Amino acid sequence: MRVLNSDESRTGTIMTRGRETICRALDIHKTYWRGKVAVQALRGVTLEIRTNDYISIMGASGSGKSTLIHILSCLDTPTKGEYFLEDKLVSSYTDMELANARNMFFGFVFQSFSLLPRLTAIDNVALPLVYAGVKKRDRNQRSAEILEKIGLGDRINHRPNEMSGGECQRVAIARALVNTPKVIFADEPTGNLDSKTGSEIMDIFDRIVEEGNTVVMVTHDSNVASHAKRIVRLKDGLIDGE
Amino acid sequence: MVNDILNKISLSVQTFRTHRLRSFLTALGIIIGVSTVIAILSLIEGLNRSVAEQIQSIGSDLVFLSKSPIVMAGPQNIEEIANRPDLTPDDALAISELPSVEIAIPDISQRLNKLKYRDKEIANVRIRGTTEKFSSVNNRFIESGRDFTKDDVTHRRSLCAIGSYVAKNLFPDESPVGKELNVRGHRIKIIGVYREKGAFLGQSMDNMLVIPYTFYEKVYPSRGESVFERAFFGYSIDIKPKKGQVERVTDEVRELMRRRHRLPFDKKDDFELGTQQMLMEIYQNITRVGFIAIVAIAAISLVVGGIGIMNIMLVSVAERTREIGIRKAVGASNQNILSQFLVESVFLALIGGVIGIMLGLLLAWLISVVSPLKASVSFWMVLLGFGFSAAVGIFFGIYPARRAAGLNPIEALRYE
Repeated sequence: MRVLNSDESRTGTIMTRGRETICRALDIHKTYWRGKVAVQALRGVTLEIRTNDYISIMGASGSGKSTLIHILSCLDTPTKGEYFLEDKLVSSYTDMELANARNMFFGFVFQSFSLLPRLTAIDNVALPLVYAGVKKRDRNQRSAEILEKIGLGDRINHRPNEMSGGECQRVAIARALVNTPKVIFADEPTGNLDSKTGSEIMDIFDRIVEEGNTVVMVTHDSNVASHAKRIVRLKDGLIDGE
Repeated sequence: MVNDILNKISLSVQTFRTHRLRSFLTALGIIIGVSTVIAILSLIEGLNRSVAEQIQSIGSDLVFLSKSPIVMAGPQNIEEIANRPDLTPDDALAISELPSVEIAIPDISQRLNKLKYRDKEIANVRIRGTTEKFSSVNNRFIESGRDFTKDDVTHRRSLCAIGSYVAKNLFPDESPVGKELNVRGHRIKIIGVYREKGAFLGQSMDNMLVIPYTFYEKVYPSRGESVFERAFFGYSIDIKPKKGQVERVTDEVRELMRRRHRLPFDKKDDFELGTQQMLMEIYQNITRVGFIAIVAIAAISLVVGGIGIMNIMLVSVAERTREIGIRKAVGASNQNILSQFLVESVFLALIGGVIGIMLGLLLAWLISVVSPLKASVSFWMVLLGFGFSAAVGIFFGIYPARRAAGLNPIEALRYE
């Protein structure tokens, strides 16, 4: 991701060193209501994500970093501004298309793992494939492969409550990767883990990027952020620096 | 598509397993509703079927001509009926000449309070005056002895043939043929015994004594002059149509009787024509009332059951808000979530339906074992039970499912 200057944002397209633009957010605003108080979470953010980017979004709590990543990953929609996914305007998407974008374009890793407690590791990983309409046999094969790769080959049939926090987060990463998304978003992926486990998880992200994937993460931990090639700082809903 | 539905069904099975007791209690309303409907429907059906059989067994496709209606439907002017002309054996003779009629016989009867033979006694015997063609009109068969002849009727012979009930109870150890009975001071010789015919609407058809109508007029030379007696005591005529001519018979008989009674065209019939079909319809009208009452009760319990399902589905949606958020985050569309919850509520309702169907069948079977009622199960009842519970599942599941589908993924994920 790069922060565009105003000239670039007006022209709308940038090609840099042959890397393809995946997402382009132009002047994104987000206001939501907490009771009767309007909270301006984002007040005009413009940025772009390109293939094989490795970006950390940093900022204090309340800076709007979570809101931004939710909008970028199509979990939420902006109140104002334009967001393009491969040159298609997301704000014109139907619910179905948004669900499809979350399914095919993006993988998401949450701070609290967000696994389904009743499903085994392999079934959790296979969940995006269920909604992608992949047949059960293929789902299981792909999920098992990716769990194996991430070092959980012996945990395939374990449920979340039978695994450690680090293992759960690795299952969540596997789930984010399973449908070969264009961008993997992570919201404080190490926030619920001890520092040793946290750095193991960060090693996995590093490896994912080395393999050619694109990762965007939100964190307030500068050690974690330092793994990224780019750091974007948010303050009061605006980009404060890169 | 099939794959998708199978997935959702297996999810529903999982939910059902984790909340066994809760699911069962939720389904209870449906279980009670469906089982009542199935049990009662199969009992009504059983009743209908046995009545139909009984009506068939009276004789095949008979047409009855009488002075008074077979069943008084609503208030009717008895005075008017009493003043109608009596039917006569001559009418029967004239009717039997009609082209579509095979046989027509006069039929007159009374109840005898008591009938004695030596030390044995039976009550409520029907004494019936008719002709030698009685057996062939009414599908009767003589089991021992002989039937009447034309001579017996023309010569007013003091003879009778008895039903099997009379034979069994008055002559338990001996053959009744040749014995003599005493009715109102007349000694009547038994010439034959009819084969058993069973009961019709709970009344034995074998508790009777048949004599020539010519002799009946000697036993009962006059009838009381009360309105009631004039209206209801007298000849009726049993008509057996030629094959497939029931419709024509009623038309021809109506025309003939109007002519014989010299009715002008603007006057109503002063006689009643009935067919077995009409008997059946009258009966069905009676059971229909019961049927409607049952359907109403069942509908209420299904609505109650449905509200139970809606309630528990709303609870389930609230409990699984986070799950919904996660599913949406990995790409479940509103449609996916909607159909998942809908499949779940239908599944719940169908489980209730299946248990209800089985329970209802068991209930019907138990009732038919311990009581004289007979149950008859048809496939359509099972289908009905299935269809109704599925409909309840859909109807009461749609609101909770829509609520689940409409959740905002971010808020759902934050939900604790």
